[in-house]
Amino acid sequence: MRTYWFTEDCYPDIPPLEEIESVRVNLPNSHCDPQRAHELYNWYLDLWCMAEEKGLDIMNNEHHQTITCMVPAAPLMLAVLARETKTARLLILGNPVSNRRNPVRVAEEMAMIDVLSKGRLDCGLVRGVPYEAQPANRSPLRGSQRVWEAHDMIMKAWTTHDGPFNFEGRWFHGRQINIWPRPYQEPHPPVWITMGGRTSTPPVAQHKHVGAVFLAGYPRIREIFDGYREDYLKMHGEHAPFDRLAYLGLVYVADDEAKAREGAEKLLWYMSANKVPPYWSNPPGYHPPKVAAQIMRGARGGAGIPLTAQLDDQIARGNVFAGTPDQVYEQIKSFWEYSGGFGNMLMMGQAGWLDHAETERSMELYAKEVFPRLRELEASTTPEEAWEKSKAMPIRDNVALDGFALEFVR
Amino acid sequence: MDATTETLDLPQGKITVSRKGSGQQILLLHGGGGPVINLPFADALAENYELISPVHPGYNGTPAPDHFDGMSDLVHFYLDVLDAIDIDNAILIGFSMGGWLAAELASISCEKFSRLILVDAVGVKHGGPTDRDIADVFGLPGDKLAQIMWHDASKAPDPADMTDEQMEMMAGNRIALALYTWEPYMHNPKLRHWLHRIDIPTLLIWGASDGLVPPDYGRKYAALIPGAKFVEIPEAGHSPQGEQPEKFVQAVTQFVGEGAAS
Repeated sequence: MRTYWFTEDCYPDIPPLEEIESVRVNLPNSHCDPQRAHELYNWYLDLWCMAEEKGLDIMNNEHHQTITCMVPAAPLMLAVLARETKTARLLILGNPVSNRRNPVRVAEEMAMIDVLSKGRLDCGLVRGVPYEAQPANRSPLRGSQRVWEAHDMIMKAWTTHDGPFNFEGRWFHGRQINIWPRPYQEPHPPVWITMGGRTSTPPVAQHKHVGAVFLAGYPRIREIFDGYREDYLKMHGEHAPFDRLAYLGLVYVADDEAKAREGAEKLLWYMSANKVPPYWSNPPGYHPPKVAAQIMRGARGGAGIPLTAQLDDQIARGNVFAGTPDQVYEQIKSFWEYSGGFGNMLMMGQAGWLDHAETERSMELYAKEVFPRLRELEASTTPEEAWEKSKAMPIRDNVALDGFALEFVR
Repeated sequence: MDATTETLDLPQGKITVSRKGSGQQILLLHGGGGPVINLPFADALAENYELISPVHPGYNGTPAPDHFDGMSDLVHFYLDVLDAIDIDNAILIGFSMGGWLAAELASISCEKFSRLILVDAVGVKHGGPTDRDIADVFGLPGDKLAQIMWHDASKAPDPADMTDEQMEMMAGNRIALALYTWEPYMHNPKLRHWLHRIDIPTLLIWGASDGLVPPDYGRKYAALIPGAKFVEIPEAGHSPQGEQPEKFVQAVTQFVGEGAAS
């Protein structure tokens, strides 16, 4: 079991939500004080370095034109961390290759970070959330197809060592592709792909890549993880190892329940501050017409009002794990067993105004008192056993589905 | 007046074509909102003409071929459509995005057409990189869109009155619109260099209150087409055929009549 510690590098100092139309795409950057951004960047880097000191690995990501994530170029942040850290795995989850114009550049950047870090890169390739369509000026239609074409081009670039090759796909083209340097890891850095539903699992399982799921919670995790495991078993004749699956949740651990609630409420800023109107959350071609119609009606996420972010509800869903170390362990254990098991916990440990002391204490308690027990939990069983055990559990459909996971899964 | 509808199975995919009326052919190429053959202006024209209205692939629940990426695909698809529906001496009318399509087709060949009418059409860019020639329909709230598209925004359809099926169709049409227009947004940078080839009488009809593609855009568009005329319809937005059907039909018939006299 690995735990990748994650913050999305938000810029929290914005006007009250009721005074602005959106936190994404069109909030003027006059609201950004570069001095404050400088301090935040350096603080976030300090937090990641602290995570390594506590025995955790590192995850970062990128978004564009948004206060929720100040990193429009995740490889730059990761390059700094490749130099600042010595042992932690460096997970970028991920490169939004559906919106990138040139996958070869991604292959080059990733190879560079892998070499700089002496083989510590875990490389995620993602479609990107719907609000990325406008900043990228990239039509979201057929975005998943573009992800896989970019994937094929990147894999080929990483693993070709005998001179230039040709790649002329539907979207991406190169006739003399021959990247320098080559990646440090053989045959290539581990690849992670986000999975948002049953239909997205087969190609991930086919390649034996790590399938990552964000905030799908109890309502959807079985559909996706079971799908991956079924595909993997069918395609490779063996059970998917735990380390092929990853789950991202918000995690806050404190010494007592009151402090835990207080910290978790602050962490929920990640959800409650995500005010986005439907014309950014529903770009044409991202969602199928049925879902798009529901968003247009305001019947699901993206209607311009903050989504439900009640702490107890989110804990019940399996999106948030918060409490004392014992409580957090029990919450994650319950979800882990229900999900059939996974080998990578992606821990969103900081958001909004959660300050240094609060973040550090939670990280400390997680690393010392929760994580070791999760490793024991994983070591106590096998993927096959854990899967069988989960199948025997009744499906938990007590938590109603809304648009939340829909928008955050990728 | 009811239209008859057939589905044509063409080499690149299927297309639904509706027809109503009889007389000289009018080929109607609909805009981003979808087919307009059931609007009152079409009934009025069908009294004297045969209206032929294909549904662009992707619209009204029809599939767009997998290989489609943009307007160029639609243009080449329509070369097959024009052969299949036996177009001859037709009046080609294109609305908005359908106007772009009509201008592209006419730039390739006017052989099958006697006249070209572009209605609040997109397809070219006049300004510099930072000029927003055409409002970003994918980046505006619904009420703002209604304001710029209608002279009288109170006439705009209200999603609250729509059934789930209608909403789903609208959402599907929006996806098709993006398929054809996303980038370069609503235009083909090359088209302005091809428009000189159009050698049939051409009229541009524009809603005077169109805030999506303003009349000034239309005047500049007309200047790129040899001999093209420009007429504004007062108290109409982006769809003068919908908002001022009588004035619209009058503009069309007057233009066609001028042709008969000369």
